[in-house]
Amino acid sequence: MQTVKSPKIRVFSDSWVMSQRCLTTSLRNPDALATAIFVPAIVMLLFGLIFGNVMDVGDYNYIDFIVPGIILQTVAQAVTAAAISVNNDMNKGIADRFRSMPIAKSAVLTGHVLAAVMRNIIATAVVVGVAVSIGFRPRAGFADWLLIAGLLILYMLAVTWIAVICGLAAKTPESAGTMPFLLFVLPYISSGFVPVETMPRALRWFAENQPMTSIIDSTRALMLDMPAGGGLRTALLWSAGIIAVSFTVAVQIYKRKFS
Amino acid sequence: MEHIITVTDLRKSFKRLHVLKGVSFSIPKGSIFALLGSNGAGKTTAVRILSTLSEPDGGMASVCGFDTVRETERVRECISLTGQYAAVDEGLTGRENLRLIGRLRRLPDAGQRADELLAAFRLEDAANRRASFYSGGMRRRLDIAMSLMGRPRVIFLDEPTTGLDPESRLEVWKTVKALADSGTTILLTTQYLEEAEQLADRIAILHDGKIIAEGTLDELKKLFPPAEKVYIEKQPTLEDIFLAIIGKKESA
Repeated sequence: MQTVKSPKIRVFSDSWVMSQRCLTTSLRNPDALATAIFVPAIVMLLFGLIFGNVMDVGDYNYIDFIVPGIILQTVAQAVTAAAISVNNDMNKGIADRFRSMPIAKSAVLTGHVLAAVMRNIIATAVVVGVAVSIGFRPRAGFADWLLIAGLLILYMLAVTWIAVICGLAAKTPESAGTMPFLLFVLPYISSGFVPVETMPRALRWFAENQPMTSIIDSTRALMLDMPAGGGLRTALLWSAGIIAVSFTVAVQIYKRKFS
Repeated sequence: MEHIITVTDLRKSFKRLHVLKGVSFSIPKGSIFALLGSNGAGKTTAVRILSTLSEPDGGMASVCGFDTVRETERVRECISLTGQYAAVDEGLTGRENLRLIGRLRRLPDAGQRADELLAAFRLEDAANRRASFYSGGMRRRLDIAMSLMGRPRVIFLDEPTTGLDPESRLEVWKTVKALADSGTTILLTTQYLEEAEQLADRIAILHDGKIIAEGTLDELKKLFPPAEKVYIEKQPTLEDIFLAIIGKKESA
């Protein structure tokens, strides 16, 4: 017979089991992961090797400048699979099976999120590797890399929870899969590819104040061993805030979806 | 007689559609109870309430002695649901699906239990194949096997044979009978009269949100005038022919 554990321990162990389930299925279906690597890599090659020659971004090498923006695009691609797989789960009998079992309610969702973050980390590492192969030269020390990893993982969590909401809200897997497209485009209207000072006024205002800019600026500063300043705090707060809101919304939708 | 499921005056509406209009029944421990009704009669709604997926608007239901609304966790520990749509993860193999459930239910012997069930459901050869490659009947068998991982005392089968070919249907019937023999209580819903007749110890007919008749098959038969003897030539049904030709007819 199963033993009754305290709900808190259960959330962790159940989420862990669920994330392994999601990882196993996504490793068998490498298309999504390949796309998450391939698409941002193409953008990077285009910008780095073709536009890079005419881009003037001040003291930076253009490839060094765009890597953080490319990473955010990688994350946008990688979370698409989470939106689709959440949606798949919801529309099939398996959601009812899980919900009628004595497991932590949020574990179904956190399992998807954990697996998505792991996929994100793999995709990002490969994309950074490609960047290095075409001339990206980070100067970060070990401590800086840890900070970069923390900052990016927090961002991945934030974006994944948004993807989960889309997966829950969408009627079909197809529409769930198109939504993260916006997350892919938004880095263009940030400090990711051109300095915000070069943008027309309205776009510039948006770019300066949207969360991606602070995350990109901080990542870039850390990677190139330059002072990150107060931007780092803003970046962390943005991610933490998005996680708090989107987690709450996702769990609410999940609970309300079936009653 | 000890009742493991008791349902009293259950009511449930979706917006202005009254699906259950005061449903009451109770199920003795270890028996097979069939909820018989046509599409839209409210069978699935009743099962969803009993399996804690949905809360009733009125009345109450208790399973294994626990209230389905106030003691959902205790109810969930004693039940398993096999819903209308096969609840298997198609990206996982048969064995992985079973082990997943075993781990979520914290079985100390998940691996061993999975192997037992794979054997019992004749899925050994397919154990390491992904469920997306399974036939409808195999998927259903895996689905039921998953429900049995945690050795539940009560199992809900919502239209277990809808959409199955005749062979698979016979297989599922055999499984259900074997389950009841092992002491598990089974609530199954069906729209097939034959299925209720074949399997159930007790049958309740749910029509338009109400139970209009309930009892054993013999009791239900008594509600009707005694059978008249008429002699007709018994033609084999197409199903008899089909099963005879493929040579797998069960001697039931």
